[in-house]
Amino acid sequence: MSKKRIVVVGNGMVGHNFINTLVTSDHASEFEILTFSEEPRLAYDRVQLSKYFSGYSAADLALVTESEYQSQGIVYTLNDKVVAIDSHAKIITTASGRKEGYDKLVLATGSFPFVPPIPGKDQDHCLVYRTIDDLEAISASAEVSKTGVVVGGGLLGLEAANALKQAGLETHVVEFAPRLMAVQLDEGGGKLLRRKIEELGVQVHTEKNTKEIVAGEECRYRMNFADGSFLETDMILFSAGIRPQDELARQFGLDIGERGGIVVNDYCQTSNDDIYAIGECALWDNKIYGLVAPGYQMAKVAFNHIVSNLLTHEESAVSFQGADMSTKLKLLGVDVASIGDAHGLTAGAQSYVFNDDIAEVYKRLIVSADGKKLLGAVLVGDVEAYGTLLQLKLNDMDIPGNPAALILPATDGAEPVGLGVSALPETAQICSCFDVSKGDIQKAVQGGCCSMPDLKAATKASSGCGGCAALVKQVMDAEMASLGMEVNTDLCEHFAHTRRELADIIRVKGYTRFEQVLEGHGHGHGCEICKPTIGSILASFHNEYVLKDEHIGLQDTNDIFLGNMQKDGTYSIVPRIAGGEITPDKLIVLGEIARDYDLYTKITGGQRIDLFGAQLHQLPEIWQKLVAAGFETGHAYGKSVRTVKSCVGSTWCRYGVLDSVSMAIAIEDRYKGLRAPHKIKFAVSGCTRECAEAQSKDIGVIATETGWNLYVCGNGGMRPRHADLFATDLDDETLIKYIDRVLMFYVRTGDRLQRTSVWMENMEGGLDYLKQVVINDSLGICTELEDNMTRIVGSYQCEWKTTLENPDKLKRFQHFINADEADSNLYYVRERGQRRPATEAERIELVELPPADKQALAGK
Amino acid sequence: MMNAIEKQWTRVCAVDDIAPDTGVCALYHGEQVALFRLSGQNDVFAISNHDPFGNANVLSRGIVGSRGDRLFVASPLYKQHFDLLTGECFEDPLVRLKTWSVRVEEGQVLLA
Repeated sequence: MSKKRIVVVGNGMVGHNFINTLVTSDHASEFEILTFSEEPRLAYDRVQLSKYFSGYSAADLALVTESEYQSQGIVYTLNDKVVAIDSHAKIITTASGRKEGYDKLVLATGSFPFVPPIPGKDQDHCLVYRTIDDLEAISASAEVSKTGVVVGGGLLGLEAANALKQAGLETHVVEFAPRLMAVQLDEGGGKLLRRKIEELGVQVHTEKNTKEIVAGEECRYRMNFADGSFLETDMILFSAGIRPQDELARQFGLDIGERGGIVVNDYCQTSNDDIYAIGECALWDNKIYGLVAPGYQMAKVAFNHIVSNLLTHEESAVSFQGADMSTKLKLLGVDVASIGDAHGLTAGAQSYVFNDDIAEVYKRLIVSADGKKLLGAVLVGDVEAYGTLLQLKLNDMDIPGNPAALILPATDGAEPVGLGVSALPETAQICSCFDVSKGDIQKAVQGGCCSMPDLKAATKASSGCGGCAALVKQVMDAEMASLGMEVNTDLCEHFAHTRRELADIIRVKGYTRFEQVLEGHGHGHGCEICKPTIGSILASFHNEYVLKDEHIGLQDTNDIFLGNMQKDGTYSIVPRIAGGEITPDKLIVLGEIARDYDLYTKITGGQRIDLFGAQLHQLPEIWQKLVAAGFETGHAYGKSVRTVKSCVGSTWCRYGVLDSVSMAIAIEDRYKGLRAPHKIKFAVSGCTRECAEAQSKDIGVIATETGWNLYVCGNGGMRPRHADLFATDLDDETLIKYIDRVLMFYVRTGDRLQRTSVWMENMEGGLDYLKQVVINDSLGICTELEDNMTRIVGSYQCEWKTTLENPDKLKRFQHFINADEADSNLYYVRERGQRRPATEAERIELVELPPADKQALAGK
Repeated sequence: MMNAIEKQWTRVCAVDDIAPDTGVCALYHGEQVALFRLSGQNDVFAISNHDPFGNANVLSRGIVGSRGDRLFVASPLYKQHFDLLTGECFEDPLVRLKTWSVRVEEGQVLLA
């Protein structure tokens, strides 16, 4: 059977979602997919667009890469718009003249920003906010502007205002209606939102009808309003709503709604059975859905219908039945949520209002005439209740108890009234972005998912906007409890505590030895889990020499001989090369040592040099030479601070804006030797070209014209994660202060072998919470964290130097306690001019050879 | 006591050469023996130093500990557990390391 050909017009979020649904389905191999985009890039996250101005790049926003599409066999064409449809021959034509046939055509052309017909709207600095190209234009305009005005005070307008504010402009919002977010909020909610936004420095002008845009006196332009007032600005951003992009459909005979939009049925088919429309371009029941979740639902519906129509010939199981437009979001840092009938338009609707001017919280519930059902809600300033309220509404459940209790703050330690997740039906949709139901989550838990990361990977739940994370976790926990699964967080059989608890115990009780912890809080003799964990905690807080008699038995494979054990029991040696900077003389010393001991030599990813194949008895000799030449241990063997990678920075580079090498060396010198739940890697880039790849590190620092930007909690490795932008434009002192606090907080609260990325992902409140703790000192522990770090920094020692000064300790560095011989089980062959361990097969040959030949083969 | 006469005890090192809760490797009649000492105890344990999973002579460099009542050393390479008394591998009871009789006399470790 030949493959069915699907052409997807438009590669926005919804178009991509459709393609993704198709290629991850069981039917993937039966389809050939082509997609066209008029934009120069594949799908990206438009919902997060304003993050572009807080340091996100186009790549950060991307939902897919070209190589992913290539590996999935998807034929994609960028910068080429589909301009004609021949629905009889089933062929499309693009602007460049390309013709492609299709079995099914999917229009996912999205929408375009509506620009009101105001005279003067077409000038250079009058822009819109929709694509990354738009953002680039805004960015360029912001460079030469001081003031910016957003026309439109709706959801998108406020997002755009956030972008202008982040771009550093004096920001105004001009709205035609009497309040902000008129569609989603009632008067009270709109009023509080306005107050909060104005407190943040954004000026709001409501009931303003722009008549014309003319040349300004103080600024580039002047906006004249119908009421006679005016506003001067250097830039104008139109965000006054969207219009469905239906031009193509209109030209080629598909049914179009009176006010635009491609008319579709419950299966997202247009008036031509072989052409579908999904997302913001589609008009269903005379409604356009301008949110991403309904678009994804349409993608799923269209996909199912196409499969049943072309392949299975069974009736499609899903249809589009409208979508809930409830929404919860953070606008300019203000929490806002709107559910269902937010204006109380339903006949007989009654409402409950809670308004707290002091705490700046507004909540309104709209309930049915009999007070039993929730019809809608408006929440501003505190959206805790969103999950509960939304479920009540979506599942048409009876309100438990007194409705007022749902929005009243808990008093005197009383539990806030919530809705037990057990009350939800299995069909309740928990994650609207990916349409994950309570039943889906339960099934995943039954299948073995017991943590949020597992659950996210298995179901995608809460991996979209993340608004449902708390609810997802509740469902997961409840299901685990009902299955009788105990969430055992004990470190091991010897300690009924987590690493974090043990760290607290050790810190508070002031323990300095493993025995004290075991006696007071554990039992047995310990094991290879708890010993290194507690050894690491003790080192983190007290920084004593790790080979001291009372600590030596706690050290793991590598720490105990201050080297990295390789597969044959020999070690690799990594001296510290702070910031990756090394003098030629020191480089020669490394070369000489490597040559003399025939050590396999390799450059590491952290800008250091790794020397492999040293036997136990050789370690002290080699380190004697290294220390004499001015090297220090690199702690490559520890769960500890490893390297600070850097680019060459402003001292040499034509583009560098700050001295990244000096900063990298200062950071590495400060934190070297710090032991932590897991290894910690840093990088410092001298400009935003980011050659040091700082955004893939636990701590990343990037220079800008105005100071350092700090990124936290990234990593490479098995599950790469980009670091999050934590703070911007920092001076040296503040940068170090924040890093001190972040690291020490991680050392205190991280779990065993938990990298900073997972640590933050599992932290309740995530990045925002971490900012609260570190920047705003919400826990009041910052001084303590800094003092703790100062102590660690002050008590640094090079463990190899200390070891060389202790003849007692050196005794352990020989293979036999009672003989000078070396291990006889080591066999090597030469490859590309260096030595490497012999493979199993090579070993057998080597063992059978006479000694003379053996040497010849080993190249000695 | 008859055994003691028949067995040829050989001194390999001093007890103090083994830091509590660690191991050392001794050469004994051409074989590599891993010796372990636990803190608070005077007993020394002797099993083969060869890790059969990683095919390397490294077991003396592992961490010692307990699981239930059994004492073990965890291989520094891939963390399989070996019983200090019997040499049995917890993960694969078919794998059993050679063990030696140990005696501690006047601060010296004797093997037979």
